[in-house]
Amino acid sequence: MARAISTRRKLTFTAIGWAVGLLIFFPVLWTILTSFKTELDAISIPPKFLFFDWTLENYVTVQERSNYFRFMMNSIYLSLGSTFVGLLFAIPAAWAMAFSPTPRTKDVLLWMLSTKMLPAVGVLIPIYLVFRDFGLLDSRVGLIGVLFLINLPIMVWMLYTYFKEIPGEILEAARMDGASLSKEITHVLAPMSVPGIASTVLLSVILAWNEAFWTLNLTTSDAAPLTTFIASYSSPQGNFYAKLSAASTLAIAPILILGWFSQKQLVRGLTFGAVK
Amino acid sequence: MATMQTKSAARLMMAPAVIALLLWMVVPLSMTLYFSTLNYNLFNPAQTPFIGFTNYSFFLSDPAFFTAIRNTLTLVAGVLVITVGGGILLALLLDQDFYGVNIVRLLAIAPFFVMPTVAALVWKNMMMNPVYGVIGQFLNFIGVGAIDWFSNAPLTAIIIIVAWQWLPFSTLILLTALQSLSEEQKEAAEMDGAGALSIFWYITLPHMARAITVVILIQTIFLLSIFAEIYVTTSGGPGLQTTNLPYLVYAQALLQFDVGGASAGGIVAVILANIVAFFLIRIIGKNLDA
Amino acid sequence: MRYRSLLLGACASLVAASGASAQDATTLTIATVNNGDMIRMQGLTEDFTEQHPDIQLEWVTLEENVLRQRVTTDIATGGGQYDVMTIGTYEVPIWAENEWLLPLDGLGEDYDEEDLIPAIREALSMDGTLYAAPFYAESAMTLYRTDLFEEAGLEMPEAPTWDFIAEAAQTISEANEDVYGICLRGKPGWGENMAFLGAMARSYGANYFNADWQPQFDSEGWTTAVNQYVELMTNYGPPGAASNGFNENLSLFNQGRCAMWMDATVAASFVSNPDESQVADSVGYAPFPCGIEDCPNSGANWLWAWSLAVPASSQKAEAAQTFISWATSKGYLDLVAEKEGWANVPPGTRTSLYENEEYLAEAPFAEQTLQAIQNADPSSGEDKPYVGLQFAAIPEFQGLGTSVGQQMAAAVSGNMTAEQALQAAQQTAVREMTRAGYIQ
Repeated sequence: MARAISTRRKLTFTAIGWAVGLLIFFPVLWTILTSFKTELDAISIPPKFLFFDWTLENYVTVQERSNYFRFMMNSIYLSLGSTFVGLLFAIPAAWAMAFSPTPRTKDVLLWMLSTKMLPAVGVLIPIYLVFRDFGLLDSRVGLIGVLFLINLPIMVWMLYTYFKEIPGEILEAARMDGASLSKEITHVLAPMSVPGIASTVLLSVILAWNEAFWTLNLTTSDAAPLTTFIASYSSPQGNFYAKLSAASTLAIAPILILGWFSQKQLVRGLTFGAVK
Repeated sequence: MATMQTKSAARLMMAPAVIALLLWMVVPLSMTLYFSTLNYNLFNPAQTPFIGFTNYSFFLSDPAFFTAIRNTLTLVAGVLVITVGGGILLALLLDQDFYGVNIVRLLAIAPFFVMPTVAALVWKNMMMNPVYGVIGQFLNFIGVGAIDWFSNAPLTAIIIIVAWQWLPFSTLILLTALQSLSEEQKEAAEMDGAGALSIFWYITLPHMARAITVVILIQTIFLLSIFAEIYVTTSGGPGLQTTNLPYLVYAQALLQFDVGGASAGGIVAVILANIVAFFLIRIIGKNLDA
Repeated sequence: MRYRSLLLGACASLVAASGASAQDATTLTIATVNNGDMIRMQGLTEDFTEQHPDIQLEWVTLEENVLRQRVTTDIATGGGQYDVMTIGTYEVPIWAENEWLLPLDGLGEDYDEEDLIPAIREALSMDGTLYAAPFYAESAMTLYRTDLFEEAGLEMPEAPTWDFIAEAAQTISEANEDVYGICLRGKPGWGENMAFLGAMARSYGANYFNADWQPQFDSEGWTTAVNQYVELMTNYGPPGAASNGFNENLSLFNQGRCAMWMDATVAASFVSNPDESQVADSVGYAPFPCGIEDCPNSGANWLWAWSLAVPASSQKAEAAQTFISWATSKGYLDLVAEKEGWANVPPGTRTSLYENEEYLAEAPFAEQTLQAIQNADPSSGEDKPYVGLQFAAIPEFQGLGTSVGQQMAAAVSGNMTAEQALQAAQQTAVREMTRAGYIQ
């Protein structure tokens, strides 16, 4: 009897779960489907779900017009570069905050977060002028600098909440055993903080990949990432749904796949100290 | 002695991050402050006389200003209600054991990886367009009739788009919190004859309080500066219905390359954002013993 | 130590990766808008690089609004990111005045500047010197469905009036359930709905500003025009009209869902192309409607040319002019004709094109286009202190036009009445113009 109930319960949840999951995923799914349609099928009324002439022509057109791989490589450079630099700055800071907190630690943390509220549109011209004077326009180095600064507060906070979970006794014990600072780090702390660092890296890469204001306004061609690639498909003349879908699919595919593969890490990691 | 040493070591370790962020904040901010007192239009870069607070009074006296504040707050609040409420429900659902729960989880977190511009373009053209959009055609099919989202419910439309993007984020955090709730606690409550609702109300929800706080805090920071979604879909309209503060700064100043005005608007926006942050931290920060 | 060298190595490789590899060839960075004709040009680049192996082209193709923001920021700050910029008739007079553009004096001997249509050439010149070369140009016209008109027993007059248009829209939308009587721009923006409304208001004799720079949104012409516009759009327009721009209307028209459409003349080459349009063989072309007797420019109150210019900050001016000369030459028109057919040739720039029998045979809209462009006189006059027809070529117009456009969109979507929208528009405009120092 109980088992029958639990089976029925499981089936009910399966139905609800899939319905909700597909509903949330639908816009992405629809974009992917549309990218394989002809332009006319893409705007047909009523819409065609699966029974249309599947075609790759949109991808061919998009690749002919803009060199996707160059944009993608730039996106990879920028997101990995800014994440790497971000870690160099964030790990020591978060570490210090976690292991020798002062009464002001919390204020510093919140101040860091508040720097994220500076509206980008208000400071575009000043930053553009600075970039011009330092010759950083359309350079990956300059953009890595901006992206890393944008994401640094979030990285510090995430790492801080992880480091705080590392029990102080372990450090004490290691010290008692006469371990040097470097040993302390490599043997005790590194293994314990790897999951936290990994999910921080993931989040930072995702945020940098999707940043669309600075990457669009400070690049021209050499450093232009996928956000600029999308800007050339957004509303041209003529029918464009299918080509837009193909370009969109190409722009989100790498990060979506990365996110899916690392989903477990992300679920475990995205806590911001929310779990005790 | 040891503490002195660790303290200065700690300062040294924090220094790079703090200094970097300080520069990032101070350099543009001071340039912005300076520009905000000039009559500086990019179309006339040769003459930039000092004009004091004129840019500020112009920006603040704009009839659109209060509308923009109201829209900004509505946008933030609307998205928070949907993502926190929906996030709790979704987290509860994904916490159940059912067939294919892992795949459903993948589907449900997908929007988080989609670029804001792409999300806005897809929703605007392929979902919400009243003639070709899937939603409109579905509503026509069931006889309700297509909704012209961006004319008749523009702010709601933006809230839906932004909430769709942020729902996975809140779900992930809330789900993690939920999973750390021990089964024993729940079982003990069940033994005492508590119903599912009261378990949720008295045990699950308080357990998630901290996670909810984190979600609200982080999302507010991002939501106060929503720009791309509005730029791509409604350009702040019709009228002023979807003009939030960042968009107002853009429309009033950057669009006509009025650097002075844009700077004044930027400073005002920073001040307002910090006021919001201040209250936010006072109200919910207690939950967060950072 | 190891870490430090690692870090240095990482930085070095990042720097190395960011620097463009040095080449002998000159690389031109060209900023352009993602319109069909430009994309076609991008596809035909090979012809240019074969002729000029020492010049390489780097295309930056962006959506119109993004493009405008990028190039304006760059040219005004002297960023020097682009060697060739695609700009319109709005920017050219302002930018040339600021000495941001190089005069185009090196287009070559066989360029034949005299062949450019005078109205266009005038709009892109300052003191008789050309500062930008037109790639394609447009005025405005009425596109309509001949089959639907025939069915309804209507005949498009040679010079239609708005009253006739309103009647026709009503008759046709009542007779055909799935056809909208009229499609017009509603998407807010100075280059979107305001381009249309500016032209429409002018067909009622109203300008943006009077001789004292006083905004005219409270004038009779504007009031009549906007009321008429809102009425047409709400009664016979498509749903979502307030977010339809050129492109959305084009899709609707191509699918046979619009009976009439007043927009840029360049639309004609799209709707008559059977590959894209389902109604290609039943499109008629007429002048833009008039609201009053003897309306200014016979209704053609719209002039725009997407043009190529060289920013003063470019280090490669010579190569840039070589490219511009190629892209806007007669030879380029022949090249497009040869590869893609005459109907796809970028229209509106050269007189010789409209004397070409082959073109006239393949482009049924040619005559109407040429006439509209020739009629459109954008110059300033006694009652009109600014250059431009559907826009006013002053720096403040972008922001002002866009916020007025928002009010108009609100009127179309039914959030306020036409009167309220005009009142709000007038207020905004007076405010902006006072701030900018035009009115005291």
